[in-house]
Amino acid sequence: MALATTLVEVAVPATAPMSYWRTVGWRLARDRTTLLAGGVLALIVLSAVLAPWLAPYDPAAGSIRARLALVGSPGHLLGTDEQGRDMLSRLLWGGRMTLIAGLTPVLVAFVVGSGLGVLAGYIGGITNTLIMRTMDIFYAFPAVLLAIAISGALGPGLANTLISLSIVFVPRVVRVAESATVQVAGLEYIAAARASGAGVRAIIRHHLLANVLGPILVFSSTQVSLSIILAAGLSFLGLGVTPPAAEWGLMLNTLRQSIYVNALVPALPGLAIFVTSMAFNLLSDGLRDAMEIRG
Amino acid sequence: MWVYVGRRLLLAIPTLLGASVIVFAMVHLAPGDPIAAVMPAESSKAEIEATKRAYGFDKPLPVQYLVWLGRVAQGDLGRSIATRRPVVLDVRDAFANSLVLALSSSLLAFALGVGLGLLAAFRQGRVLDKLASAVAVVGVSVPHYWAGIILIIIFSVQLNWLPAMGAANDPGVWEYLSHLLLPTVALALIPLGVITRVVRSAALDILNQEFVVALRAKGLTARRVFGHVVKNASPQILTVLGLQFGFQLGGSVLVEAVFSWPGTGYLLNLAIFQRDIPVLQGVILVLATFFVLLNLAVDLLQTMIDPRIARH
Repeated sequence: MALATTLVEVAVPATAPMSYWRTVGWRLARDRTTLLAGGVLALIVLSAVLAPWLAPYDPAAGSIRARLALVGSPGHLLGTDEQGRDMLSRLLWGGRMTLIAGLTPVLVAFVVGSGLGVLAGYIGGITNTLIMRTMDIFYAFPAVLLAIAISGALGPGLANTLISLSIVFVPRVVRVAESATVQVAGLEYIAAARASGAGVRAIIRHHLLANVLGPILVFSSTQVSLSIILAAGLSFLGLGVTPPAAEWGLMLNTLRQSIYVNALVPALPGLAIFVTSMAFNLLSDGLRDAMEIRG
Repeated sequence: MWVYVGRRLLLAIPTLLGASVIVFAMVHLAPGDPIAAVMPAESSKAEIEATKRAYGFDKPLPVQYLVWLGRVAQGDLGRSIATRRPVVLDVRDAFANSLVLALSSSLLAFALGVGLGLLAAFRQGRVLDKLASAVAVVGVSVPHYWAGIILIIIFSVQLNWLPAMGAANDPGVWEYLSHLLLPTVALALIPLGVITRVVRSAALDILNQEFVVALRAKGLTARRVFGHVVKNASPQILTVLGLQFGFQLGGSVLVEAVFSWPGTGYLLNLAIFQRDIPVLQGVILVLATFFVLLNLAVDLLQTMIDPRIARH
C-alpha cells in the first residue's frame, strides 16, 4: 500500500499540467459528498421529469374512503393525503412544480443579473451608480419579507411567485457580477485588448465574460436552495401554486391539519423540500471548492 | 472616521426613500381597484368618487406618494380596511411580539453558532469540526416552516409537553416561555447554520495568519492565542450577528404562521388574505426601516472596533 501511494505522488508532477476545467472535473470526481449530492439530485430531477410515467395514480384523484392512509398501506406505498389522494404520486408530481418554481427565478436572475452587473461594472460612472443604487434599495428588505410582500400584493399563482422570487434574486446576482467585473476589468490583459483596438462589445464577449461567468454561476447555484425553500414557502402560505395542483409547500399546508390523525404523512412533503435543498447546497459547495472560488 | 459615519448616515436616506417607494407602489401592484375592496357592491358612482377623493386616489401618483410619505413621517400609517383601527397600533403590538421571538431565537443561534464555529476552527478536521459542518449545511437547507411542524408533531402531538399554537393569554412566566420555546427553536435553525459557518471560516482565516504563529512562538498559552483570534475575527462575527438578527425579525413570517405567534408576520399574513393593503404596507415599511437602521448600526459598530474599515 505504502509503495503504491508513493508511486502516485511521484507520477502526478511528471504529467503535463491539466487545463482549468479538467482540474475542476478531476477534483469533483474525487469529492464523495458532492458526488453523492449530485446523484441524489439527479434522482430527484429524473423522478420529477418522469412523474407522468412513474406515478402509480392520478395525483388529483382522491377517494373519501381512503383518507390519510398510513405509510406502507397496501396499494399506497407512502400513504394518502387528507383527500385520499396517493402521496407517492403527489410527491412525484409536486416535485415538478417545486423545481420549476424554485429554479426559474434563479435562472432569470442569472441571465438578467449577469447582464446588468457586467454592464454596471464595465461601463462604470453614472450607469454603475444608477444600477447599483437601485439594487441597494432591494437590500432594505430581508429576502423572505420581500418575496412575501410582493407576492402578497400581486396575489396567488405560479406566475406571481416567479415574478416575486426573481425580484428577490436579481439584485443579489447583480452585486456579485458587478464586483467580479470590476476586478477583472482592472487586469492588464483587458487594457492590452483595449490598446489593440478591441471594441467594448468584443472585450465583454471574448475577454470579460469567460472570466466572470464562473463566479456568477457558482454564486447563483448557492441561491437555488433558498429559492426552493422560498417558493415552497409561498405555496405553504397560500400565495404560490394554487390547489388542486400538487406542490410540496402546498401539500405541507393542506396536510398540516392532519398531524393529530397521522403524524408521518404530513412530514413527507417537507422532507422532500429539505433533501432537495440540501443536495443543491452540497453540490454548490463542492462546485465552489473545485473551482477555487472564495466567498 | 466621523466623515465616514456622516457619509454612511447620508447613504441610508436614499435607501429608505427607495424602500418607501416600493412599499407605496404595492397598492398599485395589487390587482383591481384599491377602492373596490372597501366599497359595498351596490355603491353609486358618486359615492365611489367621493371615497376616492377622501383617500386621495384622485390625485396624480407623485402627489399621492408625497402626501402618503408626509403622513408616514408623522407616524400615521393610515387605518386598517378590515378593523378600522389605526395601523400604527396593530403594528406596534405585533412588532413587540416579533421582537421577543427574534431576540430569543437570535440569542439561541448566537450562543450555539459562535461556540460551535470557534471550537470547529480550533479542532479542524476532528469530530467537532465535522459536526459543525453538518449543522451549517442542515441549518441553511431545512425549510424552517417544516421544522416547526415537525417540532409540533414531536413535542405537542406525540409527547404533549408544549403547546402547539399561539402566545399565552395569562401572564404566567412559565406559560409564556412554553409558548415561546418551539417557535424560537424553529426560527433559530437558519441563523445557527449561517453563523456556525461564518464564524468557523473567519476564525480559520485568522488562525492561518503569520501573527498567530508569532504569538505561539512567543510562548503564549492556547487560551491567550484564542483571545487574540476572537478579537481579530470579531468585526466579521459582529456583522453576521447583526444581519442575522435583522433577518430574524423580517423573516419570521412563515414560522409565525405555523405557530400562530401574534407578531408582524402573522399580521402580514392576515393582511394579505383580507387584502388589507394599509396594514400590509405598514408592516413592511416598519420592518424595512428597522432592517436598514440595524444594518447601519452594525456598520458603524464595526468601524469602531476596526477603524481600518472607514479608510476604504
